[in-house]
Amino acid sequence: MLCIIKSTVRCLRSRTWYYGAFQTNTELRSGWARLMCSTTIQKNLEEMVKKEKVVVFIKGTPAQPMCGFSNAVVQILRMHGVDIYGAYNVLDDQDLREGIKTFSNWPTIPQVFFNGEFVGGCDILLQMHQSGDLVEELQKLGIRSALLDREKEA
Amino acid sequence: MSVTPDLIREKLIAEIGAIHVDVEDTSPNRCAASFKVLVVSPQFEGKPLLQRHRMVNNCLAEELKEIHAFEQKTLTPEQWEKQKAQ
Repeated sequence: MLCIIKSTVRCLRSRTWYYGAFQTNTELRSGWARLMCSTTIQKNLEEMVKKEKVVVFIKGTPAQPMCGFSNAVVQILRMHGVDIYGAYNVLDDQDLREGIKTFSNWPTIPQVFFNGEFVGGCDILLQMHQSGDLVEELQKLGIRSALLDREKEA
Repeated sequence: MSVTPDLIREKLIAEIGAIHVDVEDTSPNRCAASFKVLVVSPQFEGKPLLQRHRMVNNCLAEELKEIHAFEQKTLTPEQWEKQKAQ
């Protein structure tokens, strides 16, 4: 299984992606780690949301989102050049899917966390993106949004 | 009891003082009960997005157990007027 994942990464990375940076080892490691210890995930949610500056719980993976709302979150992060983040696929683990809803007291997926703090779902991330607030929030995390550079070029 | 747009609208008006509610049933596009709502309420004034959305979630807590997908937009009356003018 691991060698299939690794060869997929090699294959993906050799292509030119229209949308720029795509999969990262961090995402794959998160996914692989999750597969290996799914039974402990429910107890470890508090640690999981702090593993990276940006952590998302989605349906599917950043490479292959399985839901329009989860895809929107992935695309927004990509637009801002955030390509290192923790991504957990709730479809693979029913305990995780229910556990995260209880953890953040939020009924739906996707869920976005900044510095371990719950930010919201797709609607909120989209509105933050449209209002410009997302650039500011990423800056607080020490992440420079790619959109700032794009503005400079224009 | 199945969730209907009218039920959602009534609850939002009654419990969070919504002055305007648009409920779109997006179920045909998806595999199960799905809704998209626009809620305008003066009670959203001064509250950050997350807090507003939690107000809506709390109001519809029972319904959300049966709803598969839920989109929401929360505006104050002032924001709504501005949006209408655009």
